[in-house]
Amino acid sequence: MAAMLFVVTLALYFAATVCFLAYLLWPSEVLSNVSLGMTATGFASHTIALGAGMIGVTDISTPGFHEALSFFSWVLILVFLAVEFRHHLHVLGSFIVPLALLSLVSAAALPETAPTLTPVFRTLWVHVTLSMLGTVGFAIAFVAGLMYLIQDGLLKSKRFNVLYSKLPALDFLDHLNQQSIVTGFPLLTLGIITGALSAEFSRGSYLNWNPEQTWALVTWVFYFVVLMGRLTVGWRAKRAAYLTIIGFAGVILTLIGVVIKSHGPVS
Amino acid sequence: MHIVVVGLSHKTAPVEIREKLAVPESRIGEALTRLCSYQGVREGILLSTCNRVEVYAVVDEVESGYGRIQEFLADAHLSLSSEELTPHLYWHQGDRAISHLFRVASSLDSMIVGESQILGQIKDAFEVALTHKATGIILNKVVKKAISVAKRVRTETKISEMAVSVSYAAVELAKKIFSDLTEKTVLLVGAGEMAKLAARHFIANGVRHVRVTTRNPQHGLELANRFGGTAVPFEQFREDMASADIVLVSTGAAHYLVSEDDVQRSVKQRMNRPMFLIDISVPRNIDPAVRHVDNAFLFDIDDLKARVEQNRGGRLQEAEKAEQMVVDEVGIVRQWLQSLEVTPTIVALRTRADDIRRAEVEKTLGRLANLSAQERELVEAMASSIVNKLIHNTMVTLKAEVNSSEGSAFVEAARRFFNLGDPAVSNVIGSISSASETCRSPREESKDAEEAVLRSGSKTPDH
Repeated sequence: MAAMLFVVTLALYFAATVCFLAYLLWPSEVLSNVSLGMTATGFASHTIALGAGMIGVTDISTPGFHEALSFFSWVLILVFLAVEFRHHLHVLGSFIVPLALLSLVSAAALPETAPTLTPVFRTLWVHVTLSMLGTVGFAIAFVAGLMYLIQDGLLKSKRFNVLYSKLPALDFLDHLNQQSIVTGFPLLTLGIITGALSAEFSRGSYLNWNPEQTWALVTWVFYFVVLMGRLTVGWRAKRAAYLTIIGFAGVILTLIGVVIKSHGPVS
Repeated sequence: MHIVVVGLSHKTAPVEIREKLAVPESRIGEALTRLCSYQGVREGILLSTCNRVEVYAVVDEVESGYGRIQEFLADAHLSLSSEELTPHLYWHQGDRAISHLFRVASSLDSMIVGESQILGQIKDAFEVALTHKATGIILNKVVKKAISVAKRVRTETKISEMAVSVSYAAVELAKKIFSDLTEKTVLLVGAGEMAKLAARHFIANGVRHVRVTTRNPQHGLELANRFGGTAVPFEQFREDMASADIVLVSTGAAHYLVSEDDVQRSVKQRMNRPMFLIDISVPRNIDPAVRHVDNAFLFDIDDLKARVEQNRGGRLQEAEKAEQMVVDEVGIVRQWLQSLEVTPTIVALRTRADDIRRAEVEKTLGRLANLSAQERELVEAMASSIVNKLIHNTMVTLKAEVNSSEGSAFVEAARRFFNLGDPAVSNVIGSISSASETCRSPREESKDAEEAVLRSGSKTPDH
């Protein structure tokens, strides 16, 4: 059942993505409501799929990339629906839903159950969950940054098109960007700590400087600098937008690197 | 005698041209004097706002009148040649000129359809023209009518409810930069009408902190009090700019008051918090190079217009109603103008008949020396009665046909039948004009202009 629901979710997110992208170009509220409905339905089916998947989880199972990416996509949509519910910001869907779809498609491309290793998996689950939550924060920051740059460009070039009217105020996007990093950064920090702990359990060392770990640390340092820069010397607005886009590109590279290199559990 | 308009507006000319052509308030009197010194220009009124520069005039001949006015516009600005100007100008005569004035006054031609400032600006322009006796019987009537049409449009359509003004567009743009205006600070530089209006709009939208700076400290203080804000010394406002999220500039200065460096510095001090700068001045007071500064968003009056253009759809229906009103009212003025042509004919006819009657009565009574007073009266009454009965139908017909398409043919016929000489319409109006000293000699006017300059010089130098 979980597999079928997963496919249903994929189909719904795909349709929602198409509608949400069309919504960027046409000033139609119907379009956004339809996309929103599909996203919400997709989210419900995804939730059930994940829940059904969880039932089968035992201590011996380990979270693989399939689960991680699927979970990432689920949280992303959850955050979107929460923001949408509070701010009625349909246009956010045009950016987040495609991202969630992309992540879910990647999940579908990966094997569902990962090979089993040593039984230290409780910490591993925590590690993956926290890291993914942190990544969701950065993803939202990325989306906010992207929307910021678009709106900034439209305002600067004075192109008052459909997109301009749909995108929210610049300071809202900047604030969303800040909040996402402020939330995502501690989660990633905890994710890295638990990762190091599980590595210690499984391999006997906290850090063995493999490329994924190095990249993860570089990403952590990068976001730390971005956050500090914002709080101390005013790296906000356009600069923050650029930096968070670059940062998220780093995150994606890390993930891709990890996936390509290892077919085993998250290190 | 023809009513014409020559001018340019935001629809035909970019702000670069408009700012060059704009005539400062203090020099309008002088300009009117010059306008009226052109041969064949009988009446004139000059409307100069940041969105349009237009000359309405009554001229003897349309073509030469157009030429004169264009010459007048180009002459005022040495930096602009007539060739540069021509592509941006429009020319209308007769009904179309009147209709244009009515549309402008009713804010149907405005950047923001339905805004009410233009009516005040027309009233001011008319006032100046009256002071300088540049208008006469025709423009006085037409401009007054334009004002009443505008009022009618405003009360009978919903056009102004939806529109408001450029300031509305400014607030709307601000909301795309700042999601919440309540904690934002507005800095008002100069006391131009538009900027004051915009400031009021921002306050109505929740802005609580207003800072005001004007060249005249007293004036600044008064304005600050009115907006419940604080006054900033004019010399310091550039340094103070960093504390403002929204900077509204509208002064009469002919040069840039705010440079790219000023804004760059302010944004830096603000730790890159966005700044929204609105330049409502024409000529512009903020260097357009400010556009290149990151996190600073500069909009001038043309940008606001572009924003507004898109919101117009909803207003079109009301505008159509207003357009119909304009058409009706133009019809009324046309009738009046035509009656102007008939009236002198009727007067001339009456005078001619009276002259004949008087001469004939005198001749007859001279021969009948022994008539009693009562009999003399009877003779006079009979003569009057014959004359009146003879011309009565003609007069009634003339009055009745005034508004028909053949009205002028009847006038012509009456003049020939009664040998009233050339169609003396222009002469009569001309004599009315000269009697009321419309467009007096340049010498007399220049004295007035000097006084006007002196008077305006004593006002706030901010404009």
